[in-house]
Amino acid sequence: MAKPMPNTPNLDQLESGPWPSFVTGLKRLAQTEDKPYANMMKDLLGQLELSYQTRKGYWKGGVAGVFGYGGGIIPRFSEVGEKFPESKEFHTLRIIPPAGMHYDTKTLRFFCDVWEKHGSGLIALHGQSGDIMLQGATTAKTQDAFDELNIAGFDLGGAGPAVRTSMSCVGSARCEHSCYDEARAMRETLNSVMDDMHRPSLPYKFKFKFSGCANDCVNATHRSDCAVIGTWRDDMQVDQAEVKNYVKKNGRKWMIDQVITLCPTKALSLNDDDTLAVDNKGCVRCMHCINVMTKALHPGKDRGATILVGGKRTLKIGDLMGTVVIPFMKLSSDEDREKMVELGRTIIDFFAENALEHERTGEMIDRIGLPNFLEGIGVEIDPNMVSQPRTNSYVRMDDWDEEVEKWNQRKQTKAAAR
Amino acid sequence: MAELRRPTESGVPDPFLYMHPTMKKNYGHWAWHDRPRPGVLRHVAESGDQIWTVKAGTARQLDVYTIRQLCDIADKFADGYVRFTTRANIEFMVTDESRVAPLVAKLEGDGFPVGGTGNSVSTISHTQGWLHCDIPGTDASGVVKALMDDLIHEFKTEEFPNRVKITTSSCQSNCGGQGDIAINIQHTKPPKINHDLVANVCERPAVVARCPVAAIRPALVNGKPSLEVDEKKCMCCGACYPPCPPMQINDPENSKLAIWVGGKHSSTRSKPAFHKLVIAGLPNNAPRWPEVGAVVKKILNAYKADGRPWERMGEWIARIGWPRFFELTDLPFTKYHFESWKGGRSSLNASSQVRF
Repeated sequence: MAKPMPNTPNLDQLESGPWPSFVTGLKRLAQTEDKPYANMMKDLLGQLELSYQTRKGYWKGGVAGVFGYGGGIIPRFSEVGEKFPESKEFHTLRIIPPAGMHYDTKTLRFFCDVWEKHGSGLIALHGQSGDIMLQGATTAKTQDAFDELNIAGFDLGGAGPAVRTSMSCVGSARCEHSCYDEARAMRETLNSVMDDMHRPSLPYKFKFKFSGCANDCVNATHRSDCAVIGTWRDDMQVDQAEVKNYVKKNGRKWMIDQVITLCPTKALSLNDDDTLAVDNKGCVRCMHCINVMTKALHPGKDRGATILVGGKRTLKIGDLMGTVVIPFMKLSSDEDREKMVELGRTIIDFFAENALEHERTGEMIDRIGLPNFLEGIGVEIDPNMVSQPRTNSYVRMDDWDEEVEKWNQRKQTKAAAR
Repeated sequence: MAELRRPTESGVPDPFLYMHPTMKKNYGHWAWHDRPRPGVLRHVAESGDQIWTVKAGTARQLDVYTIRQLCDIADKFADGYVRFTTRANIEFMVTDESRVAPLVAKLEGDGFPVGGTGNSVSTISHTQGWLHCDIPGTDASGVVKALMDDLIHEFKTEEFPNRVKITTSSCQSNCGGQGDIAINIQHTKPPKINHDLVANVCERPAVVARCPVAAIRPALVNGKPSLEVDEKKCMCCGACYPPCPPMQINDPENSKLAIWVGGKHSSTRSKPAFHKLVIAGLPNNAPRWPEVGAVVKKILNAYKADGRPWERMGEWIARIGWPRFFELTDLPFTKYHFESWKGGRSSLNASSQVRF
């Protein structure tokens, strides 16, 4: 006789309404009696309903993994496994998706087939770090599932004190704002540090994220230790005929209220003939005007990225945004991207050697000071790294003259390079 | 026993193997875009090629049958390719405008709402919650389902001054991230310690080191090595719970929900900003959390009515000021709205600029 469906009065209330219901999906799996996961999903529903009733979680970590790797599987053992034995082991495989999360249906169907055979049939697309999350494998089945996926070209993502799975925005694949090849920069950077992803031995997690412009569609600034954000250093491209069309269509008031006055650095002005004047020296590449007038305005041609380091959420010293470490880096040629790869490795090495246990890069930098971090990774200071100079005089600066000399030499070197 | 297979350390897969051919062909050569209707984007390439993207909401936690259903739709209506956004929306691409309407109709008919573009409320980014997390104070998928049922009109239309990104998090680690509106667990009582288990389960020095306010110290309880919490110092963040499960922080009554607003990731117009507390003490009222939904709607309605074009939630409040925000949303302002953490003084109003 088939195992009965659990009684789920709370979860049942999440099946009505217009938004797609995950409960309906879970039930569908639980009711597919000819599949090995039906009973597992019945018990999973039973445990979830219990959580809804008691308002407590019942999963605990533990040890589960695949041969050759130290991470990438999220072990989950139930604290109420006696009551719900079929789902007492419910591990997640974190799988790295193709950069930009592109799929053909053949590949998605392949994931479904593998997960139907070895797992629960439940897949999250995607987790907050950007992994495909195959949720619900027993310890015994974890290796089999991974082997099938790995042979087909898919690899485990990061978990624990390791480099984590990265994300890049849709970027060059479908966006005119793209300032570099996000997917390629992401792949080349990440694929050079796979050892630190698969064998967790860093002080704590380390995340890279890649956005093609300041709109930062993958939330890199706050949600990554190393944020690579597209920008340009020459003049913004302006198609004045198209600017005039926008003004003609929407009116001058619209142009002034929605474009000109919203420029954060007052770098825009509307000319008497309804063309646009741009103070490119004052422009901070924020993307606002370009977002509004996609047909008329475009990033400049000398494109690259600004790199910010140290973003993270609350634990332990409070939220930190990433801050500028490289104001501009070209990412066009193989050679440019090799520099990005090297920078990533250098930052991770410095982090591995200097961060305290369970300390993120941002916290480490907060503790040692940005100039010391910069010296450690061999990057020169730049006024773009501060929103303002210090306001407090409590600092010892008896080598001021030497620091000035360094600045002057850097200026000369830069001038010579031009 | 058979020999174990060594993994192929292949890393991030090449996206070109899975990308829609028109996106591949015009890679890096797109010219401009617009939004013909909510839920639909049109991108035009330098070559003149055009691609329409239809965006639909999903439950993120998907069973294989739903994924196959989405694949069937992609095969029949959209060339067999899809992509996903960071907020668990699915995108279908077509290269002929006449194929947009049938695709939208099919998705809507099959229960996948089309929307989430431009100035809408996009899908709520969320965590695992009770379904799979080891430290959750509440559920994630359920909160999102309940809220998105309430906000379905806001997902399918573009009526706000700018986009609205909502996040939820089932603990104070806040894996859901910064949002225009963030709905996060806020514990209000120190952990209850199961002293019988601490010695066997927890690496005590690591737990002591984890506490942000140094409120935990080693102790001998009932003759066993354990830990104790200085409850006057403890601010109930729950950071000790992941490394030491016997320090139970989740509490059915006292783990509450707090709502924060004005977070922003982009550097567009204003610099990126953290979300700020507006209300706490909301009950963790599964399965539909109606008290949370009511406040979220109140905040959204005020923003919709009062925000100017392109102002994100935080930019709107920066313009009108916090007194007006609390007035418009009819939410209480308490002593807990004052920042008490390191650097908190910078959030005080050090000027004579006052709003009346």
